[in-house]
Amino acid sequence: MSIWSNLGLVYALLGAAVAVFLAGAGSAIGVGIAGQAAAGVVTEDPSKFAKVLIMQLLPGTQGIYGLLVGFITLSKVGLLGGGAAALDPQTGLLILAACMPIGIVGLISGKYQGMTSAASIGIVAKKPDQFGKAMLFPAMVETYAILALLISILAVNAVQI
Amino acid sequence: MSEQYTYAVARIRALEVSLFSNAVIDQLIACQDYGQCLQFLEERGWGDSETSGNAEAILTREEEKIWEVVRELSIDMDNFAVLSYPKLFHNLKAAIKEVCTSDSGRHIFYDDVEISGKEMVEIVEEKNFGKLPASMQHAAEEAYEALLHTRDGQLCDVIIDKAALDAVYAAGKAAKAPIIRDYAESTVAVADIKIAVRSQKTAKSMEFMKRAMAECSSISVDQLSKAALSGQDAIREYLTGTAYAEGAEALVDSPSAFERWCDNRIIQTISPQKYNAFTIGPVVAYVIARQNEIKTVRIILSGKLNDLPDDSIRERVREMYV
Repeated sequence: MSIWSNLGLVYALLGAAVAVFLAGAGSAIGVGIAGQAAAGVVTEDPSKFAKVLIMQLLPGTQGIYGLLVGFITLSKVGLLGGGAAALDPQTGLLILAACMPIGIVGLISGKYQGMTSAASIGIVAKKPDQFGKAMLFPAMVETYAILALLISILAVNAVQI
Repeated sequence: MSEQYTYAVARIRALEVSLFSNAVIDQLIACQDYGQCLQFLEERGWGDSETSGNAEAILTREEEKIWEVVRELSIDMDNFAVLSYPKLFHNLKAAIKEVCTSDSGRHIFYDDVEISGKEMVEIVEEKNFGKLPASMQHAAEEAYEALLHTRDGQLCDVIIDKAALDAVYAAGKAAKAPIIRDYAESTVAVADIKIAVRSQKTAKSMEFMKRAMAECSSISVDQLSKAALSGQDAIREYLTGTAYAEGAEALVDSPSAFERWCDNRIIQTISPQKYNAFTIGPVVAYVIARQNEIKTVRIILSGKLNDLPDDSIRERVREMYV
């Protein structure tokens, strides 16, 4: 089976890879940044472990969104069912484009959500009773990752195979 | 990348919880006597098991704790040069005086700096000034020769203090963090103003003032020296046109009000760091805030030991960072 004769499938797989790799990388960066802040607080005050752990996990959702879009894409092109669909390059490119929103937004929002989480961990360190308010700031960044997820899912499903 | 201080800043945020607020300082002032003040401090974790009941040991231990935290954060200590230079130059001054006067055995050195007292004495004894940092070498040699030949302790102090201010200013200029630049600028400018005020009171010459003051961008050494020659009103008038106008008002009240204003200004300079999450600023601010806290506690303990009224102590107390 030549790559050139299955270029459409290659593009579709590239789309799934973009969704998983970029959004996953964004989450890894974000969770890493928030993790540094969480470790700093727990070094001085281990009793805040549970609260800062939740804060650290907030940027982890982008990776899950990317994974979800990756699964939907693989399912759409039939790779999960055992029989890959015969895709023309144009359809493959459409699927690749559909995967872009969660990939790009996941990467950027993951990093910035991690930074916001780190800043909010500072709030928890000084005023643990303000945990609820502190959690809202990184949660705001999540909005845009969810919007991108929605568009990627709708777009992948809308492509006719 | 800015994230490199994320761990450090979060840890500092957790530590800021235990910094004394103005309300805690009021509680300390309200303690009935010196002994109760010490008990109050120990209940809040000041000192350790070996310093119990000894105020000086408690304060020294607290100063050590600051640098222990900073070292644990694995931050390049060059970032703290503006804070460590005064102690380093103090060690140099003390070592030169010890060697030139052969008066040894007194505890006059800081140990929590790059070059300890013992090492500094060895360097001065051997006249091996090349072992010192570049910013100290020339001043060390000049101050040593001056003290040896003239026995003028004040001249030795002036040479080394000026070199210390120049070193602080240069370290501030070289720093990337704005807080370090601002701190260095404030420190040098405030030191120049103090020199001008004291020189005016002791009728020092223009030459002396220019020798003692360090150049900085917010104060003109030339204009300040001329103002100091003309009198205290002229100093106030000159300061009114600078960023230190409030200091001029404090000068009218009393010398202690002016000293208090100087320290409060530094705290105001670092206050924005409470809202900074990623740079080195909050770490530097924490070190300055802790030093300010220790200085304030020292003032209160000293007041209590000498049975000063609470109001007299309160007017000398500095603003707190948190």
